[in-house]
Formats: sequence, structure tokens, C-alpha cells
Amino acid sequence: MTSASRRLWRTSPLTYVALVLATLLSIYPFYYMVVIATRSLDSINDVPPPVTPGGSFGDNVGRVLDNDAANFLTGLLNSVIVSTVVTLSVVITGSLAGFAFAKLRFRGRNILLLSIVVTMMIPTQLGLIPLWGMIQDLNWYDTLYAVTVPFLVSAFGVFMMRQYATQAVSDELIEAGRVDGASTFRIYWNIVLPALRPAAAVLGLLTFMETWNSFLWPYAVLTPENPTLQVSLAFLSYAYYTDYSQVFAATAIGTVPLVIVFVLFGRQIIGGIMEGAVKS
Amino acid sequence: MSLSATTAPPPPAAPPRPPAARRSRSHKLTRLDLKYSPYLYIAPFFLVFGVFGLYPMLRTAWMSLHDWNLIGDHSFIGFDNYTRLVTDEYFWNATLNTFGIFLLSTVPQLLIALFLANLLNRTFLRARTLFRMAIFMPNVVSVAAVAIVFGMLFQRDFGVINWVLGLVGVNPVDWDAERWSSWTAVASMVNWRWTGYNTLILLAGMQAIPRDLYEAAELDGAGQWTQFWRITLPMLTPTFVFVVILSTIGGLQLFTEPLVFANGNIIGGDQREFQTLAMYMYELGIENLNTAGYGAAVAWAMFLMIALVSLVNFLLVRRTVK
Repeated sequence: MTSASRRLWRTSPLTYVALVLATLLSIYPFYYMVVIATRSLDSINDVPPPVTPGGSFGDNVGRVLDNDAANFLTGLLNSVIVSTVVTLSVVITGSLAGFAFAKLRFRGRNILLLSIVVTMMIPTQLGLIPLWGMIQDLNWYDTLYAVTVPFLVSAFGVFMMRQYATQAVSDELIEAGRVDGASTFRIYWNIVLPALRPAAAVLGLLTFMETWNSFLWPYAVLTPENPTLQVSLAFLSYAYYTDYSQVFAATAIGTVPLVIVFVLFGRQIIGGIMEGAVKS
Repeated sequence: MSLSATTAPPPPAAPPRPPAARRSRSHKLTRLDLKYSPYLYIAPFFLVFGVFGLYPMLRTAWMSLHDWNLIGDHSFIGFDNYTRLVTDEYFWNATLNTFGIFLLSTVPQLLIALFLANLLNRTFLRARTLFRMAIFMPNVVSVAAVAIVFGMLFQRDFGVINWVLGLVGVNPVDWDAERWSSWTAVASMVNWRWTGYNTLILLAGMQAIPRDLYEAAELDGAGQWTQFWRITLPMLTPTFVFVVILSTIGGLQLFTEPLVFANGNIIGGDQREFQTLAMYMYELGIENLNTAGYGAAVAWAMFLMIALVSLVNFLLVRRTVK
């Protein structure tokens, strides 16, 4: 690198000061959550506010588990089920359709792909009210079908897989498969799917997090009897807003799995998001 | 991979066929496979999306022309719902709140994101992965959890924010009691959760800018600021438009943060101080099922606003950066 560009990209101490400050602001609410979740209720009123974790986490979790107004455990289990099913389905249907759009020739391909891109720009809340009515008609209100079935496919998933498949799967390899007499599905299964694995992993992580965190729709069609985790948290916080340490213990339990996933796979998630941004 | 082993052995009961006929049959199958299997692969998406995505959206338009009860009757009333919107005080209140919170969250957020992305783009930055991950981390927390934690930080009597303000001599603020303060609290939740995400997107855009542009500018004696204004910003336009439009789509549909901040009160504050459009739509269509037609009209009004604001942003950003 030339000396000019070396000077240009220098990092002054101020850069680090700003970045460390941003890091602290990002982390502080997590830390605060842990502090309150591990404190007994009466120390919440302390002035100045508590800054170190306490030893009451077990107590607080116990109150969460005994609380039958929000069915926290049911919510946790439901969230695991729904997020897993939705993630698997979005990755499979996304890779199938993405492969077709990237590598197969068929009539109407371009217009159909364009329609998928357009749907990504439509705000999801537009169909909320009629969809709620449909769920009633199907007798799916307060069941996991209501929060799973409508989300089994994702336009973003198809588009992302298509973008990746275009460059990651070589046409020669597919041709070679055809010459060997492999069916299209065989080609998908043996050649395309293995090549799509990195993108599938990122799509899976993003979908899992999104489903785990989604709120408005589950809130509209589920009750505290059979909630997802987020719905359970909301009802807990409405009903027990004076028992902060209980609410925060539940919030921490609901957040920790995602933080662990993020610490393990953060690099890939960030890489996927940044790559997607440049390509689209 | 053993691709040649794909043809399964014929079932024992099948009578032996002359080789020619067999070849032509498998040939036909291959042709069918080539021609129609692509549709089979895209079918799951279009089926599910058609039923649970497209159909409800179109039905929203149809509903909005009716006096509609979600669990009862409905009657056609033409555009009455839309004319009613024009004079509906609550609708305009929700519009004002939505845009107020939207500005308070989007503008500072994008400026900070631009600043941080520029810092993270330094070549010799140490611990870059660590900084990126830390800044992005708020985005993995659920909106409900963010709203709960921030609701506590903004608590009037023992919240940390009022305590910090107290240190510099400001009296405790009752955050959810006033319009400006509740907007600030809700916007800060959005800012906290999304600044890191936008930073990374902008950073990705910056890294796609060819470095020799900067080297040439440096040789011509352009300072860092000139380079930022003359090279980084113009080259970043497509990414910036993308980020702005994403923020618009998300920001104008804001729902969870104000709802949980209001402790589940769908009107958002005693005097509707921070009820957003999405909350008003929910109030009309789902909380009160018998005004679903009117709620559908609000949904379309929201959609039009989002489309309009996205378009204006698109044109504006294009223009100024050029």
C-alpha cells in the first residue's frame, strides 16, 4: 500500500474512543437486564440504580415458572417448535425455488422472479385483518398452525438462495449431471443443495431469529393460554409490571438463547447480511 | 457422487420391455422433467404466498369498501370508509405520532450509522470483528424484550435515565405521559435495535467502493472530509437508498415498542399520545372486530403512505447526493 493510502486509512485514538462508547451503549441494556433479573425485588428502588448482579436469579425464575398467567414454559416450547418448523421449511422451499430461478429454464421465469422481488417490498401488515379472519374460519385461532403455516415460505429466502445459486453452482456441473441421466431433483439433491449450504445456513439463522422474535402476528392470534415466548413475555410484563425482577428473569431466559446463537455464529450472520446488502 | 446409479432397478413384476420402447419412454420422462419440474419447485412458494400473503392483501382492498364485521355481517358502502378517514381525528393523531417517532428514530439512527460505518471502514482497525459484533448485537434481541428493558430504563421513579438526568439537575420526566417524551422513549428503542444493523449495511456499501479512488484524491491533496463528501457519499447512494427504504417500511409499521411501552394499551397512552397507525389499525380491525372494514381502509392508507414516503426518499436521496 502506498504511503498516501496509509495516511488516509489511519486510525486515531478518537476512533477507538467512539467505537468503545458505541459498544458500551450496545451492551449496557443486556447487562442491565442481567442485573435486574438477578436482584431481589426490593433492590430495584435503590438510588443510585444497582450496577452489579445479585443472587436472586433462582428465586425470580421460580416465580416465573409458578406463574400460570403467562404460561412461560409453554411459550418457550412453542417458540422452539414454531421457529424450527418455519426455519426448515423456509430453507427447503427457498433453495428449491432459488435453484429453479437460477439454473433452470422455463416460461415466465423472469416475470415470476420479478413478482417475488416486488412482494419483498410490500408491508406485511397490509393483509393483517383479513388473515385474522381466515384463521378464524380455519379454526386455527390460538393454535400453532396460525403462527406457522402462513410463514412456511419467504420471498426473501427465495431471492437470497437464487442470488447465491447463480454464482455458487456451476452450469457445467449441472450439464454433467444431465449427461449422466440424472433427474432434475437428483441434480438438486446431489449437486445444488451441497453447494448452497453456506447460504442455507445464513438464511436458516436469520429465519430462526426472525421467527423467534416475531410479535405482532402471534399476539393477534394466540392467547396467554397457548402463547409463544414473546407473547408470554408481553402478558407477563402487563400483568406483573410491579414485579420487575420476575419479568426481567423471563426476558433474560428468552434472550439468552439468541445471544448464544449470535456469539457462536455472529461472523456468518454478519457476513450474510453484509453480502446481501451489496448484491441487492 | 454416484450419479449414474440413479435409475432404479425395474420392479420384479414389470414385464421385460424391448430396449427401444424403454429408451423412448425414459426420453419422454426426461422431457417432461425438464419442461415441468421447474414449476414444481417454485410451486410451494407461490401456493403458500398466494393463499396467506397475496389473497389477504387483495381482500383488504375489498373489505375497505364495506361496513365489515370480522365475525358477522358486512354490507357494501363504497368509499365511505375513506371519506371518513379524512375527518377522523384519531387517524390523523396516529399519523402524526407515527411520523414523529419515525423521524426521531430514522434521522439520528442513519447519521450515527454513517459515522460508525466510516470508523469501522479504517484499514488498520484492531478488533474489528469484535466491534462489528458488539454493535450489531442489539438486533438479535426481540422487540418485546427491548420494550420491556427500555420501559424500565425510562421508568419515572427509579429508572436509570431519570437518575442520569438527575445528576445534571434535570427533574424526573414522566416519559409515557407526554407526547414528546413518549416519542423519544419509543424512538430510542428503535434506534438502539437498528443502528448496528444499518451500520453494517452501510459499511458493506463503503467496502465496495474502489480504494484507488481515494488514493487518487489523496494525491490531488483532498482532505479526509472532502473525500468523505466527494467520494464516499456519492458512491454510497444505492446502499443509502436501500437503507432508507427499509427503515421507512419498518418505521411506518411500528407496533410492538409503543404497545409494550403502553403496557398493552392499544390506544398508546391515556390520551393516545403515542398510538401509531399500526396500533390504530389493530384497534379497529382486531380489537374491535365490527369495524374491520374501516381498519382495512387504514391499512391501505398506511400502505400508500409507505409507498409515497419511500418514493420521495428515493428521489430526494438520489438528488442531494448527486
